[in-house]
Amino acid sequence: MREYMTTRDIVGPLLLIESVSDVTYGELVELEYPDGTRSLGNVLEVNGDVALVQAFEGTRGSNPSQTKARFLGRSLELGVSRDMLGRVFDGLGRPNDGGPEIIPDKRLSIYGSPINPTARDFPDDFIQTGVSAIDGLNPLVRGQKLPIFSGSGLPHNELAAQIARQAAVLARSAQDDVVGEKLEGEFAVVFAAMGITFEDADFFTTEFRTTSAIERAVLFLNLADDPAVERIATPRMALTAAEYLAYECDMHVLVILTDMTYYCEALREVSAARKEVPGRRGYPGYLYTDLATIYERAGRIKGRAGSITQVPILSMPDDDKTHPIPDLTGYITEGQIILDRNLHRRGIYPPVAVLPSLSRLKQKGIGPGKTREDHADLSNQLFGAYARGLQAKELAVILGEAALSDTDKAFVAFADAFEDRFIRQGKHEERTVEETLTLGWELVSLLPRSELKRIKDEYVAKYLPSDSES
Amino acid sequence: MEQGKIVKVAGPLVVAEGLVESKMYDLVRVGAEGLMGEIIEMRGDRASIQVYEETEGLGPGNPVDATGAPLSVELGPGLLESVYDGVQRPLDVLERMAGAFLARGVTAPGLDREKQWEFVPTVSAGDTVTGGDIIGTVQENVVIEHRIMVPPGVSGTIADIAGGTYTVTDAIGHLKTAAGETVPLMMMQVWPIRMPRPYTRRISASEPLTTGTRVIDTFFPIVMGGVACIPGPFGAGKTVTQHQIAKWSNAEVVIFIGCGERGNEMTDVLMEFPELVDPYSGEPLMKRTVLVANTSNMPVAAREASVYTGITMAEYFRDMGYNVVLQADSTSRWAEAMREISGRLEEMPGDEGFPAYLGTKLAAFYERAGKVECLGADSGVRNGSVSVVGSVSPPGGDLSEPVVQNTLRVVKVFWALQDQLAFQRHFPAIDWLTSYSLYLDKVETYWRNEVSEEFRSRRDECMAILQRENELAEIVRLVGLEALSAEEQILMETAKTIREDFLQQNAFRDDDQFSSLKQQDLLLKTILLFHERAIEAHGSGAALKDIFVAPVRERITRAKYLGLNDIDQYESIASDIETQLVGGGADDEARAVYAGGER
Ligand SMILES: Nc1ncnc2c1ncn2[C@@H]1O[C@H](COP(=O)(O)OP(=O)(O)O)[C@@H](O)[C@H]1O
Ligand SMILES: [Mg+2]
Repeated sequence: MREYMTTRDIVGPLLLIESVSDVTYGELVELEYPDGTRSLGNVLEVNGDVALVQAFEGTRGSNPSQTKARFLGRSLELGVSRDMLGRVFDGLGRPNDGGPEIIPDKRLSIYGSPINPTARDFPDDFIQTGVSAIDGLNPLVRGQKLPIFSGSGLPHNELAAQIARQAAVLARSAQDDVVGEKLEGEFAVVFAAMGITFEDADFFTTEFRTTSAIERAVLFLNLADDPAVERIATPRMALTAAEYLAYECDMHVLVILTDMTYYCEALREVSAARKEVPGRRGYPGYLYTDLATIYERAGRIKGRAGSITQVPILSMPDDDKTHPIPDLTGYITEGQIILDRNLHRRGIYPPVAVLPSLSRLKQKGIGPGKTREDHADLSNQLFGAYARGLQAKELAVILGEAALSDTDKAFVAFADAFEDRFIRQGKHEERTVEETLTLGWELVSLLPRSELKRIKDEYVAKYLPSDSES
Repeated sequence: MEQGKIVKVAGPLVVAEGLVESKMYDLVRVGAEGLMGEIIEMRGDRASIQVYEETEGLGPGNPVDATGAPLSVELGPGLLESVYDGVQRPLDVLERMAGAFLARGVTAPGLDREKQWEFVPTVSAGDTVTGGDIIGTVQENVVIEHRIMVPPGVSGTIADIAGGTYTVTDAIGHLKTAAGETVPLMMMQVWPIRMPRPYTRRISASEPLTTGTRVIDTFFPIVMGGVACIPGPFGAGKTVTQHQIAKWSNAEVVIFIGCGERGNEMTDVLMEFPELVDPYSGEPLMKRTVLVANTSNMPVAAREASVYTGITMAEYFRDMGYNVVLQADSTSRWAEAMREISGRLEEMPGDEGFPAYLGTKLAAFYERAGKVECLGADSGVRNGSVSVVGSVSPPGGDLSEPVVQNTLRVVKVFWALQDQLAFQRHFPAIDWLTSYSLYLDKVETYWRNEVSEEFRSRRDECMAILQRENELAEIVRLVGLEALSAEEQILMETAKTIREDFLQQNAFRDDDQFSSLKQQDLLLKTILLFHERAIEAHGSGAALKDIFVAPVRERITRAKYLGLNDIDQYESIASDIETQLVGGGADDEARAVYAGGER
């Protein structure tokens, strides 16, 4: 056992330990402070006989002369097993629900390994979330990473819970104009909380309990009053569990990570303590790479039945999409669902800002056989028409309603109806994709037919409600 | 070879002592697993090494073995259709060796050592040859003839050479050098990635690289051998634009570097390209493609190397006399990899933490593009080119940041993506008002000869209309459409047509993703004819509202979906324009004309 009491400096969450030998980069360390507090840590840098260690559970209670550091010769691991389903763990993967220890099937390094790009299978199975703003316009597919960009006070938790509750996959349909049946499959939810309040976490646990989804869920909770640096490990714990369930137990796993903003702040704290040259707004220059090692753990692998779909949630500081956290996230994830404070104020749930939201995998996940032949064109048309309607509304604000052409007036009416009927829906209202498409067609029928430029003629003829021909 | 010892490990950077004979940029093997690394700084007998694999588990005292050779790539038959990581490890081979996840220390040579190729010599014993000369060919696949060259710097007389079936490392013959030495000739060459491959002379490029994307080809063209950048915030369309160019451009060889981007985007290429048919060769697109995939979650040092690995391969095909297009998505991730390594080296940072040499490195990289007279005795006959298209991912879409700014200093084409356009689903979201191409005048002769006499003037006229629209839109915003004259209102409508029916191009529609230059010209011609006739018709009394609802407009809208074989349709649209936009008419008369028209 390599145990040392040679700590020289303690700065924030970091300890500099001298006269060590055989220490390796990334090695797990068990720290014991004079007041009896213990913390796990790992080696961030080793230079000669000096190791720089980050303490996941903080350095409160430590001092240089009496702190013990045991180097364990392995990296931080999680013991995984199917029995994790239905259980609640702390941010470092220790049971936290009073239940027994997990008897692991395997112990896996929480850092995982990158998926070889040649081994990936392209995600193209449409997930019906039952939410029109998502299914109709920015559909989610199995193996995608699609974050929710939100802000304080916005109903991202409700939306994430609704997605987790309603998510279903549809059978392939033999007919282009018929949507397939809902499929039953082995699915699981892995939920990781980083720095959120007890109340927010409680919302999810209650939600999982009341819908008995808890039996298919694994929860990792690091709450606001838990050690901040622990948050660096929490999403990796969750993804390690998810990878085991997906690739070794053949389950379709939905991973909810919330709130990525607190994760990034923990990373910044460590970086600042190391006096690293910061990138934008004090966040470390490697934030992009670091986030990628989390988000890229979503996906599908050829020849394996399971999949990992990620819905990370992050609150945008100041509702600012250009802040480094949403910005770098958007550069890595396959789209983003953005929530909008104005829609929320106007009482529209879910307040999805449709135009800047995006699902990059939609073209592979929708269309004949997967949803319906007209889906892509209709969604393009809805986007285009809504954008034009909002522009016309802006114009009306300056020039007055009367200054608008008849066509523009139709677009304004469309935009209002679109927000009120298409985007707005109940927190427990589940719409099939067919219902969503039907609703879309009803709305485009408010527009002059000659304006439906983005839809193929044959679909207009086939799907446009006939009473609207005028 | 000498062995050193690790003294420090900090992320992807390892410091070792005891490497005294090694040189800068030498390849070393780190730790017991022999992880690949490259020396990037030397102070006394301490060498800083960037390691191309995860360094977890390494510690002081672990060995570092010198190789004495710089980090290089293997060049020869077998490159095409391959998918490599940033340091040319074949990812499909690694998958067979280690499974779905990348494992440390697992490696394989860039070129398959077992595979046999049919070599046909084009020189015979007794011929004198010099570096760059083609000595034979291998039909690598149905599309590409791989031309085997004498490595640069080597010359002499062919002692023997014979056709037959060989692996890339077999001797296909021998060369007697001036010094009297006999050296074996192989199909494989090895070249250090950080050293540009030599050529005889740079020459000026004037032939457009046709991409099939209308806004690029017509408004902001790039030439074969040119350099372009695509900056834009996430979701604006950088990757889709680059995929479009990789798919439909008339380059002969395509090198696509996924530099620190998404794994699924690489999978997309890997699954789609073998299925898609190259419009020029009629064969699957993958046959002319090499993929370098170092995704965001793969080791960051290998990401730094990936752009050099890719461009060295591009230069190699250029040297054979091919036109190559190299796409780097995204150069920002490359710059960030440099920043990360520089930070670990504790170098003095420049703007936003990037190293002070960021600009120099970017310029040197883009400078490896260009059209050249290839090396060899037939110099001047054999020309090749490397065109480079780099995407830039500025934080928050802010174009004043260092990577964009340094890139703009060296590239000649700027395709500016705008998120507002993307939000409206106007794709490609290339902003026609701020983008530019400095090759416009260079391609004019080609356009005149190969497209039409009027293509340039039509393009300029449309651009002028779009610019005028922008000015007028300001007025409309303030005082409304009525403030505009009839002619201005017609211009606004034409501008809208140009935007929606020409500039917008859906990459995911089979009938829209590719437009030939001829079609682009015909589309412009049609749109401008409507514009002219509309003004004339109004001048002789037709009401604007009637002009705007002329049935032929529907046909113009759909004209972009016309195939190459429907060229005659444009004439019929033109005749519709002529018949429907007659002047002088009261409304009744105009309607009568429509009724007699085709629709
Ligand atoms: N030419 C195009 N046609 C249709 N859709 C496009 C086009 N360009 C971009 N898109 C849409 O925009 C999304 C984002 O494009 P992408 O190239 O991935 O952006 P970036 O690389 O800039 O982040 C795509 O998933 C697609 O939905
Ligand atoms: Mg991209």
